[in-house]
Amino acid sequence: MFDPQKVRNDFPALQQDIYGKPLVYLDNAATTQKPRIVIDAVSGYYESINSNVHRGVHYLSQKATEAYESARERVRRLLNAGHSREIIFTRGTTESINLVAHSFGRAFIHEGDEVLISALEHHANIVPWQMACAERKAMLKVIPVDDNGDLILENLDQLLTEKTRIVAVTCVSNALGTVVPVREIIRMAHTRDIPVLIDGAQGIVHMKVDVKELDCDFFCFSGHKFYGPMGVGVLYGKERFLEQMPPYQTGGEMISTVTFDKVTFNELPFRFEAGTPNVADVIGLDKAIGYVSDTGMEEVWKYEAELIHYALQKLQNTPGVRIIGHPMERMGVISFLIEGIHPYDAGTIIDRMGVAIRTGHHCAQPVMDRFGIPGTLRASFALYNTIGEVDRLCEAINLTRKMFG
Amino acid sequence: MDIRQIEQNIISEFKAFDDWMDRYNYLIELGKSLPLIETHLKTDRYLISGCQSRVWLSASYRDGMVVFTGDSDAVITKGIISLLIRVLSHQTPDAILEAKLDFINEIGLKDHLSPTRSNGLVSMIKQMKLYALALKTKYEPEAKPGS
Repeated sequence: MFDPQKVRNDFPALQQDIYGKPLVYLDNAATTQKPRIVIDAVSGYYESINSNVHRGVHYLSQKATEAYESARERVRRLLNAGHSREIIFTRGTTESINLVAHSFGRAFIHEGDEVLISALEHHANIVPWQMACAERKAMLKVIPVDDNGDLILENLDQLLTEKTRIVAVTCVSNALGTVVPVREIIRMAHTRDIPVLIDGAQGIVHMKVDVKELDCDFFCFSGHKFYGPMGVGVLYGKERFLEQMPPYQTGGEMISTVTFDKVTFNELPFRFEAGTPNVADVIGLDKAIGYVSDTGMEEVWKYEAELIHYALQKLQNTPGVRIIGHPMERMGVISFLIEGIHPYDAGTIIDRMGVAIRTGHHCAQPVMDRFGIPGTLRASFALYNTIGEVDRLCEAINLTRKMFG
Repeated sequence: MDIRQIEQNIISEFKAFDDWMDRYNYLIELGKSLPLIETHLKTDRYLISGCQSRVWLSASYRDGMVVFTGDSDAVITKGIISLLIRVLSHQTPDAILEAKLDFINEIGLKDHLSPTRSNGLVSMIKQMKLYALALKTKYEPEAKPGS
């Protein structure tokens, strides 16, 4: 049986008091805390094998390269990708999506074409496509969302046209917690040979992702939302697309030969990793994946589902709380408002109670507009959160209501 | 009363509070009692950026003094506006431009507000000083800044 109390000890940042009260960290959709093993791996890298990868024949360089490439292999296994050539390290989900929007856009999107996204997307899966569409004179179309926060897929058939070049959707909404039926979207897009990119930033940490079985064409996620370091992310792409895409950035590492007249680009995945990569944090991500695997992913997901179920019930029964979004399936996130109190006022008092939650539009302004609200309070959960912490959040909400009452 | 004196008064008022909750209760009270801004001023023209809550500020020039009005959709933010108005309203443009506003640090406001909120506070003060400068330039042309 998974015990959150046991794993809490692995996370140094959770051991502190905030304003004299034990920290309740419920902003995991923004970033998770890091276990000791990850922090040690990053500093350990700099202490022992720091050197540049893929270049030197010397001992340290080989050690660093081995560690870097074995992290790539670990990510491949996590996603069940066919080959590590299909795993590209980036700075995070945002960069992964920008890479695809830019490079796929140049190769495949032309004047009059269409790109389909959903109304639940984070700005990181909207703006790169807007830019690509503007540059390529293409049109951005949007799958609408209903009052519960679920995507309306009845008309998907009409939204997917012979002009659609790519579909880019999240698997879990960062603002509402909606689990998007990506399987169905992929299936329908593929009947028309349209590739699909999945923004996995919120999903990867709460669900099993098997890119072969899902058959998605691109999958993006960030290390720092997966108990890993900041500044490292992953792009999985099917080889047949990556092969045809021009490089995103150019420089060292990504070339094969350079003269002043001509350049030959390196093979995958290096073609998309220009410059010295973030070796230390890639190694940290490797350890983070190892940590979650060792903890037992299935057990963790089961526990997280129970915890969010409890939190939803408890919040619904807390006077004055209005839950925003009632999706058919929810993961990781609960967005809510306290009647009559501005999210910012509420967030300020809840923070003073040592409870870290997010307030604002969560970089998903179209979602907020859809619900006619400026923002929400958002509690988001990770494997180390407990039922006692949910109770602390509700106590803080009660106090907030008292203070503004 | 000059700015420094009003700041001193606020500092001693806040010293009376034992804990954060009293301090915030006071801010909430101030926020609730701040007179509402006139609706025609509650437009994008008077909206200032840099705040997570929306803040409207406007200023007018009366008998050599700048008079501020402000509003926000968040109560604590309104409380802060109320304090800033108490300190800076009905002062000369020069006094406003020179004001250091140390009271913000001394009453622990800056420390106890989140970074984004702090930015909001910074934006508010910046906007108030910009108003003072604009009104000075308009109504006191003999003392143009930088001339």
